[in-house]
Amino acid sequence: MPKRRKSVSYAKWGYVFLLPFFLVFFIFSFLPLCSTVYYSFFQYFRQGLQVIGPNFVGFDNFVSLFHTDLPRYFGNTLLIWIVGFVPQMIVSLLLAAWFTSRLLRLRGQAFFKTVIYMPNLIMASAFAMLFFALFSDNGPVNNGLVSAGIQKEPFRFLSSVWGTRGLIAFMNFLMWFGNTTILLMAAILGIDPCLYEAAEIDGASSGRMFRNITLPLIRPILVYVLITSLIGGLQMFDVPQILTNGTGNPDRTSTTIIMYLNNHMFSRNYGMAGAISTLLFLICAALCLLVYYTLTRNDDSLRMKKSRGRVK
Amino acid sequence: MTDRPEKSGSRLSAARFACYLVLAVLCFLCLFFFYMLVVNSSRNNFQIQQGFSPLPGSSFAVNLKNTLSNANIPVVSGIVNSLTVSALSALFATYFSAMTAYGIFAYDFKLRRAAFTLILLIMVMPTQISAVGFVTQMQSMGLRNSLIPLFLPSIAAPTVVFFMKQYLEGSMPMEIVEAARIDGSGEFHTFNAIVLPILKPALAVQAIFTFVAAWNNFFVPALLLDSADKKTLPILIAQLRSADFLKFDMGQVYMLVNIAIIPVVIVYLFLSKYIVRGVALGSVKG
Repeated sequence: MPKRRKSVSYAKWGYVFLLPFFLVFFIFSFLPLCSTVYYSFFQYFRQGLQVIGPNFVGFDNFVSLFHTDLPRYFGNTLLIWIVGFVPQMIVSLLLAAWFTSRLLRLRGQAFFKTVIYMPNLIMASAFAMLFFALFSDNGPVNNGLVSAGIQKEPFRFLSSVWGTRGLIAFMNFLMWFGNTTILLMAAILGIDPCLYEAAEIDGASSGRMFRNITLPLIRPILVYVLITSLIGGLQMFDVPQILTNGTGNPDRTSTTIIMYLNNHMFSRNYGMAGAISTLLFLICAALCLLVYYTLTRNDDSLRMKKSRGRVK
Repeated sequence: MTDRPEKSGSRLSAARFACYLVLAVLCFLCLFFFYMLVVNSSRNNFQIQQGFSPLPGSSFAVNLKNTLSNANIPVVSGIVNSLTVSALSALFATYFSAMTAYGIFAYDFKLRRAAFTLILLIMVMPTQISAVGFVTQMQSMGLRNSLIPLFLPSIAAPTVVFFMKQYLEGSMPMEIVEAARIDGSGEFHTFNAIVLPILKPALAVQAIFTFVAAWNNFFVPALLLDSADKKTLPILIAQLRSADFLKFDMGQVYMLVNIAIIPVVIVYLFLSKYIVRGVALGSVKG
């Protein structure tokens, strides 16, 4: 018996199978991350045709980040994210509750799910271009508003602060509420139906069941959606970049952090770009840890559910 | 007592009506803009400037021809480049993620837990944060103006690995692998001939997700690609946006957006059942 175990050790194959992943990860993600952090401590930019640096400057780049517009762009990004995320969460919770309700028994669910998920797969830059064309000063939407008598003259969406921010948030909402609905539905369908049956026998209303059974039990997924959406929100780039042609107009009120990073990348100010990236990395690393904990805790609850099923 | 079920029945149908109403509004929002897109891409510039009409025009073919032969925007090579990058990304991501997931699933080695923990940790890490190092490194590797750095990194796709591992845990009996070993099948042969076919549904779903993500990718290609013949569709759209817009033939603008969006929509409509199920199954997509 011990002889057989020795000859049938396959452990080394684990490393062979994992090699391509970690090799590529090391070359294309880990090394670039390290050099990004490295650059953040250097003065390294281009002035005309001259390359200045790299000169070591310690934390100067980080200090100057806080004296420039970064806090403002951080605020823009979070504000636009929240304006899109709050309705996204409310609508997704409502839809998930309706679709899974055993009382309502809505029909055509497959159709509705197909339609609401579709915007998630759309190229964000093309979607933004479409919105730019549709919502431009004499575009179809303004034509419609004027000829319907709602607006006396065209509403200049892209010259108004909340017109532009609102459009970006609205597009984020449209692109993500279907995805969130499907995730929440899966979570709600994973709840043991016995709980609802017991509550029904006790005479609980469907509103109370939603508040006291559904919400507490899907909290891990809610946290997961919140954090991944926040990470996605911090990456907001394609939509505002195309919609405002990279200017963040009006008056840079819709410039996001990544747009700012992109500007530094294009002017080849690698020191400042590195500092922004390093800050973002620290924030995202903390958020990634949170995701990790919600996922692994989820794993435990999954395992518990499975064993419960087996007992039954 | 007798009227109570009736009353709650009518209340229920009122609630149901309200639900359908809200759903109808949401579906309208999801579909209307794309409907406008398709309609406007079938009308000529003059008709578009006249205002919106709910009926399509007859210039679809003309717009398509003009867009594809536009001298300022290399649309045809853009489509070819986008297709190349997306297809290779999908291929690499699915094959190597299946391999990684199987490695973690099937073999008991020392660093197994550590490897999986690392993959979970970096799963939702944005690519933008390492862009500075990525661009400078590609420059020094001579890959700056090349499509290679756009698809090769998909060999390391943590979300796909996670999905594959979940799928393996649900549907992969190790007994088959052991039987294959007794029959003298090598580990790679077992993976290719037995594990991959079992993973087929997961591979298909993740191939679509990876394809679409690569097709839509804008940030990194915009930093890397300079020459016109290397540009992908999202960059062409950005280029169109920064061109002097009012001088442009609007029919062509809508047509280019159409080319970028509609193929994905069509594929999605055929496979939506599997895709929607895939979203729910993975419970991670970011």
